[in-house]
Amino acid sequence: MAKITFITTDNKRITLEGTSGSVMQLAVDNSVAGIDGDCGGVCSCATCHVHVAPEHEAKTGQATEIETDMLELNDHANAHSRLCCQIEITEALDGVELQVAESD
Amino acid sequence: MKKSELKDPFEDARKATGLGEMNDQNDPVKMVLGLKDVRKCAHNWKTFQSGATPGRIVVPSEVNIRTTRQIPFEVDPPEHKAYRALVDTWFKRPLEEEYTKKLTAQIDAIVEDVLTKDTVEVVEQFSLRLQSRALTLLLNTPYEEANTWIGWGTHVFRSEGEALDGDKANLLYDYIDEQITEAIKNPGADLYSVLLQSEKDGKKLTREEVKGVMILTFAGGRDTVINTVTNAIAYFAEHPESLKQLKAQPETITKAVEELIRYFSPLTQMGRVVTEDTQVCEHAVKADTRISLCWASANRDEKTFENPNEIVLDRKVNPHVAFGFGTHNCLGATHARQIMRILLATLSEKVDTISILDYKENIEDLDQFKRKVGFDSLTVKFNAKH
Repeated sequence: MAKITFITTDNKRITLEGTSGSVMQLAVDNSVAGIDGDCGGVCSCATCHVHVAPEHEAKTGQATEIETDMLELNDHANAHSRLCCQIEITEALDGVELQVAESD
Repeated sequence: MKKSELKDPFEDARKATGLGEMNDQNDPVKMVLGLKDVRKCAHNWKTFQSGATPGRIVVPSEVNIRTTRQIPFEVDPPEHKAYRALVDTWFKRPLEEEYTKKLTAQIDAIVEDVLTKDTVEVVEQFSLRLQSRALTLLLNTPYEEANTWIGWGTHVFRSEGEALDGDKANLLYDYIDEQITEAIKNPGADLYSVLLQSEKDGKKLTREEVKGVMILTFAGGRDTVINTVTNAIAYFAEHPESLKQLKAQPETITKAVEELIRYFSPLTQMGRVVTEDTQVCEHAVKADTRISLCWASANRDEKTFENPNEIVLDRKVNPHVAFGFGTHNCLGATHARQIMRILLATLSEKVDTISILDYKENIEDLDQFKRKVGFDSLTVKFNAKH
């Protein structure tokens, strides 16, 4: 069981519990604003873009090459960006805070 | 096992120069073939614009068959954002429970129907009907309206043997004009009425603007959806084990849909007009010429996709660009994805096997390349589960 906190673009904090599956799916299943997961989680649409709080980056790990490719041209991407369809929920994620990224 | 195959004709050129060339009605197109280059050009709307002469960014060009600007498709930022904001929520309606229920009932009925037939010509009797009936949900118009659209046949702008047909195009434009007039007289809850009531920069949309959105909605989701559905039937005909796999693991359907759409790439390419002398793939391109974003080539780019020419139904990472990329990405994607997800669920539930009896391929003539995009006709027998 991992507690994952999403902070929406209008600063609402939503804490959810998950055991498995992707972080994106957890967000979509709980209607977290700003996380759409249009492509169903295959890293094709960049609608699950989050910023990982720097102190928690050890929990999530770095973005994969495919993620950085997708985000390369995104004006709201930074060094802490992840596409959360590529983050699997495990115990290691417990306590992580994710800022939902702005979209155009 | 070859009838369902869609070969990649762009491979050599993509690996060599990353570019292709196409003469189209004396307005030549430099086709951008690599995934990363396609994304870069799609992102750079200033240099590679969409807000050119109406019809010019379509390949083949439609400048000779239309004057109405398609909206938001043929508008650049910043104005693009305001138009897109008016329609974004509407085009997400396919995710709603009611919509999903109705779409499921439609697809269920059409699959049940074809299971009773000895032979089915898929393009006209399955895909076109499915596409048109589903469109009534997207437009929120009466179901019966689909019969008019089915009656137009499979090509909105093209006749048999002709690349572009101005008369056929006028059929669509006149029809839309009539619907707009009707919606002004009797406002309802359909997309025409909703658009007529929408405001941009404090002003209601004009008839011409509403027409621009509606032409796009009809044109954008017709051949693409028809080809995707038909190609899926051909694929499952030759890979019955895939249907069993989807039935056993329905949670894999969304990934399967993305992979099919990547492989089929129903919209081969989309153009842009160059606004300043620049370079693409170390080749000079001059202002007021055209490039195209070749989605179909990008989706087979071996630099990104392992086994790009194989349909790997459970491909977990799939950064395809079949719905485009960037600010102009496909408005109809939500609706198209729902159609495909429900179709795959229904087929895996009800269909045992599909036998291909006859077929005629639909091959796009792209000058330097010939690309199979689907079928002109595909005759099959659907066999039910017992």
